Amino acid sequence: MSITDTSNVNIRSIETDRKISRGLSEQSFWLNLGPQHPATHGVLRILVRMDGERVVEAEPVIGYIHRGHERMGETRGYAQFFPNNSRMDYLGALTYNHGYCEAVEKLAGIEVPRRAVFIRTITSEFNRLSSHLLWLGAYLMDLGAFTPFIYIWEERELINDLLNHVTGSRLTYSYNRFGGVHKDIDDQFITGARAFIKRMRKRFKMYNRLVTGNVIFQARAKGVGAIPKQRAQAYGLTGPCLRACGVEYDIRKKEPYAVYSEVDFDIPTGQNGDAFDRYMVRFLEMEQSLRIIEQCLNRLPNGPYINDQAPRDLAPDPGEVFFAFESPRGQVNIFIKSDGTRIPYRMHWKNPSYTNLSILAELMRGQFIADVISIMGSFDLIIPEIDK
Amino acid sequence: MSANIAPGLWNWLAYWLSEEVLVAVVGLVIVIALITVNSIGLIYAELKVAAHVQRRPGPMEVGWHGWLQPVMDAVKLLGKELVTASAVNKPLFIVAPAIVILPLLVTFIVIPFGKTLIIRDLNMGLLLIFSFSALNVVGILVGGWASNNKYSLLGALRSVSQCVAYEIPILITVMSVIIMTHSLKMSEIIAAQDRVWFIVVQPLAAILYFVASTAETNRLPFDIPEAEGELVAGFHSEYSGMRFALFFLAEYTNMFIVAAVFTTLFLGGWRGPVLPGPIWFLIKVYALIFFVLVARWTFPRLRFDQLMTLAWKVMIPLAMVNLIVTALVMKLVQ
Repeated sequence: MSITDTSNVNIRSIETDRKISRGLSEQSFWLNLGPQHPATHGVLRILVRMDGERVVEAEPVIGYIHRGHERMGETRGYAQFFPNNSRMDYLGALTYNHGYCEAVEKLAGIEVPRRAVFIRTITSEFNRLSSHLLWLGAYLMDLGAFTPFIYIWEERELINDLLNHVTGSRLTYSYNRFGGVHKDIDDQFITGARAFIKRMRKRFKMYNRLVTGNVIFQARAKGVGAIPKQRAQAYGLTGPCLRACGVEYDIRKKEPYAVYSEVDFDIPTGQNGDAFDRYMVRFLEMEQSLRIIEQCLNRLPNGPYINDQAPRDLAPDPGEVFFAFESPRGQVNIFIKSDGTRIPYRMHWKNPSYTNLSILAELMRGQFIADVISIMGSFDLIIPEIDK
Repeated sequence: MSANIAPGLWNWLAYWLSEEVLVAVVGLVIVIALITVNSIGLIYAELKVAAHVQRRPGPMEVGWHGWLQPVMDAVKLLGKELVTASAVNKPLFIVAPAIVILPLLVTFIVIPFGKTLIIRDLNMGLLLIFSFSALNVVGILVGGWASNNKYSLLGALRSVSQCVAYEIPILITVMSVIIMTHSLKMSEIIAAQDRVWFIVVQPLAAILYFVASTAETNRLPFDIPEAEGELVAGFHSEYSGMRFALFFLAEYTNMFIVAAVFTTLFLGGWRGPVLPGPIWFLIKVYALIFFVLVARWTFPRLRFDQLMTLAWKVMIPLAMVNLIVTALVMKLVQ
């Protein structure tokens, strides 16, 4: 048996297919996981060669939702690119907005008021929290537990309501502006945020009882897809996937931007780099996000929330900028080169899901199909971010 | 010539109208009505249990608190097109849902709903139930194979190995009950529990039977044959409309049968104070099913090899120990 549809397979796949077809035993067969499959959470396609329940070889095939974001960035003004970067990582839209803003501000030398920086940090951390929450629910649903997926929507709904109140949207926010944010946060947001923090701390205990301590969950996640530290670094993993391997690397600590250098928070790390550690790292990161939000709310300065002097129609002086920020999935690198016009000359994004995806083929080899799903789920891949 | 045929025809008619056949026909009609009502009720229960476990109201629109929702779902499924993919093995594909549901109908012959409310109290009652409910898996295998879909095939293969693995602890635990009753007859098994229910005497067997039979019915946490996160919908990926509904019907009927057997073996069947026997029987059956429903909405799914390890390395040895201890005790008591 070979895959019937090869029209969309990239060149390497066809070569691998032929190579394997020659020595194909009767027991093994190709299975096309995706692009439409309940566990791929989007249009990721993974070609797996199966020997019964075991995966002999796995190969991610990407590009189904390629929209040419970088190219779009090179054909329109700086401010017009906001909606694009929130659609790259639709679950971490605010962190992307935030990062893009800081990159362009660094390029154009725009001053940002203190209050705006605090607001950006708060909203980014809320976004990280809601992204991790959705991951938690989706991952457990991949493992067959449907209930946590419904539970997380309660908190996500509260976060969405809060963010909706200030940003005006619920998923693909375009809230940040060069020189500040679009709208100031008010007392309603602050009291809501404080109530949310209080509530969320209680709910963590419930999640711990419901999920972390569950015997079946531990059996499904512990030791599954374990990545040695060296392999993780060799593949350039970032974010929770890297921290789960015991590497204490978080761009918020290593090269602090916004107010991360002023607030007190820890970087949770794991030891074995398995799916359970990735779960724990994200779980603990949510608690750290609450700490950051709480401190930011306590120290929130008064003043303007946007720099009125910042030009609406931006045309930075010729030059280039590199900026890195931490999205919920890991480090995002932005490179922008300006030739002095209103349109960027070159824009490049290095997205965390893309680099994290690269290790999947190696991890999935020799695993059970159920573990393949568990590994894929534990990586928290966002497909539009991979394909851009 | 007609004179020769007439008596033959008369005899034939007389045979078909005899009391025995009437009982069988009426019984069949009642059983079909029962499994339909049971499934609709259980679907409603599942929707509501899931909803309340997940802190949401569940269906509320159709009828009072949405009680007509499963009925409407059934009507919808009846109205759906029966899609037959071009690559399927047509005869097997069409016949598979029937193979799944028909053996389950047979098992109702010996289920004791009350002291006299039993279609036939056969000597080999328990054996009949286990042999026919084991046929269920043949339909799943045929359906998964005939679908000509890799996910369906994987689901069917998983289903077979799961059923084989869990059939063994079920039969061994049941054997330790049979040692105590000296009979496979349902009425005698219940009669043996007139002083104390077997769940008190045989707690380990009861737990083993409960877990293994949950696995038998492909319910979460043991639903790997249809694991939707991995195998899309497992063996019934390619089925639509009423064919899919028959698989669904079989699942809920199987749950009922498994709970009915548990009630008969360990909970004293229809025995209970005040209320009439059949009511007690149904209360016990649905209380058991409630546990299965709550378990489904609480736990993640086990992995295939973990499921097998549980069966072969934990449950079968435990069941064997239980059987040997029971046999020894019975011998010593005598």
